[in-house]
Amino acid sequence: MKNKSSEKYVYAAMRFTTYLVILVIAYIIIDIVWNGIGTLSVEFLTAAPKKSGAEGGIFPAIIGTLYLVTGTICIALPLGMSSAVYLSEYASPGRLTNIIRLAIITLAGVPSIVFGLFGLGLFVIFLNFGTSILAGSMTLACLILPTIIVSSEEALRTVPQSLREGSLALGATKWQTIYKNVLPYSIPGMITGSILGIGRAAGETAPILLTAAAFFLPKLPNSVFDQVMVLPYHLYVLATQHPDVTKVRPMQYGTALVLLLMVLGINLVAILIRGHFRKRYRW
Amino acid sequence: MVKMTTENNKAKTKISVTNLDFYYSAVQALFDISIDVPAKQVTALIGPSGCGKSTFLRTLNRMNDTIPGTKYDGKIRIDDKDIYAPSTDVVALRKKVGMVFQKSNPFPKSIFDNIAYGPRIHGTKKQSELSEIVEKSLDRSGLWNEVKDRLHKSALKLSGGQQQRLCIARALAVDPEILLMDEPASALDPQATVKIEELIEELRADYTIIIVTHNMQQAARVSGFTAFFYEGKLVEFGETEKLFTKPQKKHTEDYVTGRFG
Repeated sequence: MKNKSSEKYVYAAMRFTTYLVILVIAYIIIDIVWNGIGTLSVEFLTAAPKKSGAEGGIFPAIIGTLYLVTGTICIALPLGMSSAVYLSEYASPGRLTNIIRLAIITLAGVPSIVFGLFGLGLFVIFLNFGTSILAGSMTLACLILPTIIVSSEEALRTVPQSLREGSLALGATKWQTIYKNVLPYSIPGMITGSILGIGRAAGETAPILLTAAAFFLPKLPNSVFDQVMVLPYHLYVLATQHPDVTKVRPMQYGTALVLLLMVLGINLVAILIRGHFRKRYRW
Repeated sequence: MVKMTTENNKAKTKISVTNLDFYYSAVQALFDISIDVPAKQVTALIGPSGCGKSTFLRTLNRMNDTIPGTKYDGKIRIDDKDIYAPSTDVVALRKKVGMVFQKSNPFPKSIFDNIAYGPRIHGTKKQSELSEIVEKSLDRSGLWNEVKDRLHKSALKLSGGQQQRLCIARALAVDPEILLMDEPASALDPQATVKIEELIEELRADYTIIIVTHNMQQAARVSGFTAFFYEGKLVEFGETEKLFTKPQKKHTEDYVTGRFG
């Protein structure tokens, strides 16, 4: 009898904490949508900011974020996927492989501001890229490499060993086997996991603060060596650096909403890709 | 150990193994195996689970190379060539020595692409040639009439028995001389098993077949020669009929009569 009632309490407590998590997320989303939706307008989305962001729109920041995300994908995806293929298909288990894995996990735990500082030192100053899209993309790429590697390795592991053996037994080389009979089935999973990581990177402020972001730059970049405005940093500026913070509150919420929608959009793409390929490969 | 060969050995030897030891890291799995496998015959490997028969099978196309930490000692010659010599081209070896696995492993591709996988890898590009190979291989494995109308449908939609015959067809498509079969029917229902056994019977004339089986009736039905493995050692090897009716070793007799196993 006593066991049964304690069972009930545990169950209720678990359920309560789960609802609490949902409540937090719901509150954030409702707050941002409620306060931000009024700011959204064609002008807000397509015009450059005026009067340090108090008026006008956030178009350069939207474009800047898109450029950074695209650059990050182009750099991080090939690097991360190749590392994952090496680790899961080629590297023989041993000390070196363990050290590499440990390094990757550690990299995932490094605070993002440290990545920013690293990017500043290596890309901006040492490699002389300047504060630029290129330097920012590379810094963000370093930040999300662990995510990409780990999720890509996971995707590779879902391909049954029997498919590799079947291919090898037909006289395929290791690379032919990977290229023709492992990657085609795992790439959707690799891409999905990676895009989810990139969605997170799109909202990061600290790494790009030091490597790519412009405080106020109401024109679009011409090359990868130009600075850009980006949504998270613009939001930070509006919320803390503006002379009249309360007056630009609606602009802050509008920017936050756009950023939120962009990240959700990126995640949606990942989910759609996954759904599409799941139907194709089943075993 | 005296090399085990068949007494009235008229058949030409295809695979000659001498003093083979095999290790998974520190664990020795095969002890001093010596055997001459006759060409264009079906040779069955029997023995209780874990006796090393599958390990032995996988040494013949160097499939064990894919497992880290494996070691071997001794010689395996196929057509008088040492397959573990440094100069051996493993790709060419595996093309010549096909393998069918216990659990059928069709690739998640169309039936056509499954069969064409091997030939494509070995450089056949022309569609007409590929189509010809696909038809021939499927015909050979008795699957053509069942699948000819859905060659471009997924191979995963086939039944278990069909999938296994597809895997056999896929192995045949690269034109091997030897077929290694690792319990090819153990996951199939009796009807599908009969079909696989009939297929083996048909293939015997053209290929040297080595089949691992748990099923002694199956060994008796399909093979001309049988090797009995126990605890990593080859206990007895001979013509299947003799081995089952007049085994030379007590151990073999106990096993084939079902006293242990």
